[in-house]
Amino acid sequence: MNPFRVHKGRVAPLYRANVDTDQIIPKQFLKRIEKTGFGEFVFFDWRRRPDGSLDPEFTLNQPRYKGASILVTDKNFGCGSSREHAVWALADFGFRVVIAPTFADIFANNCVQNGVLTVALNEAETAEIAHRAQAIPDYELTVDLEQKKVSDSQVFTANFSIDDSIRHRLLNGLDDIGLTMQYEKEIAAYEAAHPAIGN
Amino acid sequence: MPEKRTLFEKVWDEHVVCVPERNPSLLYTDLHLVHEVTSPQAFDGLRMAGRGVRRADRTVATVDHNIPTEPRGTPILDPIAAKQIEALQKNCKEFGVPLFDMDSPDQGIVHVIGPELGVTQPGKTIVCGDSHTSTHGAFGALAFGIGTSEVEHVLATQCLPQRKPKTMLIQVNGPLPKGVTAKDIALGIIGKIGTDGATGHVIEYAGEAVRGLSMEGRMTLCNMSIESGARAGMVAPDETTFAYVKGRRFAPKGAAWEKAVAHWRTLPSDPGAKYDKVIEIDAATLAPFVTWGTNPGMVVPVNGRVPELAELKTDADRAGAQRMLEYMGLNAGTPIEQIPVDRVFIGSCTNSRLEDLREAARVAKGHHVNAKVRAMVVPGSQSIKHAAEQEGLHKIFQQAGFEWRESGCSMCLGMNPDILQPGERCASTSNRNFEGRQGRGGRTHLVSPMMAAAAAIAGHFTDIRTWQFN
Repeated sequence: MNPFRVHKGRVAPLYRANVDTDQIIPKQFLKRIEKTGFGEFVFFDWRRRPDGSLDPEFTLNQPRYKGASILVTDKNFGCGSSREHAVWALADFGFRVVIAPTFADIFANNCVQNGVLTVALNEAETAEIAHRAQAIPDYELTVDLEQKKVSDSQVFTANFSIDDSIRHRLLNGLDDIGLTMQYEKEIAAYEAAHPAIGN
Repeated sequence: MPEKRTLFEKVWDEHVVCVPERNPSLLYTDLHLVHEVTSPQAFDGLRMAGRGVRRADRTVATVDHNIPTEPRGTPILDPIAAKQIEALQKNCKEFGVPLFDMDSPDQGIVHVIGPELGVTQPGKTIVCGDSHTSTHGAFGALAFGIGTSEVEHVLATQCLPQRKPKTMLIQVNGPLPKGVTAKDIALGIIGKIGTDGATGHVIEYAGEAVRGLSMEGRMTLCNMSIESGARAGMVAPDETTFAYVKGRRFAPKGAAWEKAVAHWRTLPSDPGAKYDKVIEIDAATLAPFVTWGTNPGMVVPVNGRVPELAELKTDADRAGAQRMLEYMGLNAGTPIEQIPVDRVFIGSCTNSRLEDLREAARVAKGHHVNAKVRAMVVPGSQSIKHAAEQEGLHKIFQQAGFEWRESGCSMCLGMNPDILQPGERCASTSNRNFEGRQGRGGRTHLVSPMMAAAAAIAGHFTDIRTWQFN
């Protein structure tokens, strides 16, 4: 996994509450057995009309948001299904940061696993970023994980808090499984002391 | 460790392998359930890293999400779905994981067969690459959904680094009113606390109404914990739990059974144990509910109306509601009982167990599905299908005009050919009414099995409390 330290990028606003993972990646794309190539299916039913053509009204289809790598959205982003395909799709589409007031637990965990940073800001700050991304052409933010700070080139700045161990892992791009395997002795001891009852 | 602990804290404490410096606790997993959709990339990851499955003996796999519910043996026409099923077969063989395959008499929805086989037991930690893993909490297990990277993590190490969630007690006081089921308790709770009301928490459900539920009902209730954002839902094990588990294939036997039950009796929360949040609900305020919007928190009683925007609680709800009304093709103020349905789906890990089918059959008996409605019943597992047929439930459904199909997740998420057409309106016993969940443009209303069966017959939603049972 690539380390995440500081990221600067264009911001796309998708300012809706309770965006569920069924919207981020609809079920017909979950049958693939690869981790790659999900980007073109992200928000499929919102991005594309029933005939398959791109809906020019949808935020991510607008030329001004092309190449955006920071998504700003409203509360409870990523609720619903545990499908990690949602994060693979967002990452493959180019997003490295999602900013929202709150995130669903499993989605947030899945983001960490893929080097995507979820930044929880309060509702006023999130709304402000969404407003700026709509009002200011080519609006960019700098997300600094070392300083735990989000800022633009003008006056906006906000601090965020993040679990220390998650920050450490993202900063160093650490392999989660490798970390757990360092505790092989403890795991083996646990297993020896806790045989399954009855089976 | 506090002197008085909750059910969750006891199960958690018992599974902490170690607490590494500056990292979350390493939590041991007793049971890992695997299915075809969220596992192929995890097995690939193992292969790439040269890792094996640490405890294949604590891993159980089945196919459920994308298999057709046509008679078994019918070829799978979708080549990508077929490839995903083959991948699971190949992976299970290569890594030695037991698989209950398409042709197995034990195949079924992963959250249905775990309890049926007796691998789901009180006090266990259970994970699966599926958010409805919360179902197994009905037994007093700590069970939660994980993503594919975590599936790989558990396959490789049998452990997961986990930050300890907060605790929430939801106490449902008093007995359930007539016509109100476990599904309605779940919908009532989500309607009250919202789809993020329990984010970061493990819910413990308690109170007279919960205690009075069968294991099937408790599974329905815990199943929908994730729809309020909860990490997991749990019910303390009791005699009802032990009676359900006893004698099942993988349940402890003989002296091991006595020892297990003695341990399970220590799990319920200590009197006076503290929760981070407590919510009390009077069961008398619950009704047969119907969702009207595109998230499971948009709930009204069947004798109510589609709400006016001004009645909604938060700004976000109001902003979303207009969009929901448009998507759902509904007008504010419309009485729920006047909304016609095109399709009815009775099934899913929420409501496809024998008790659910019995209740639906009791409603359907001697009636006929409305001429404008297509209704299907999809048992949760082969074993439920078989048991239902032994009781003649399939005859009741078929005579009433319901389709009787093979087991799987089916139209809950429409990964197989069972989907809604654009604009079709469905009364569904499943768990999610998200946009497009059951098929692009499809309109889903979540209800209990009895309410779904009644809607199929009436052709519109109807209050089960006034139903003419034959």
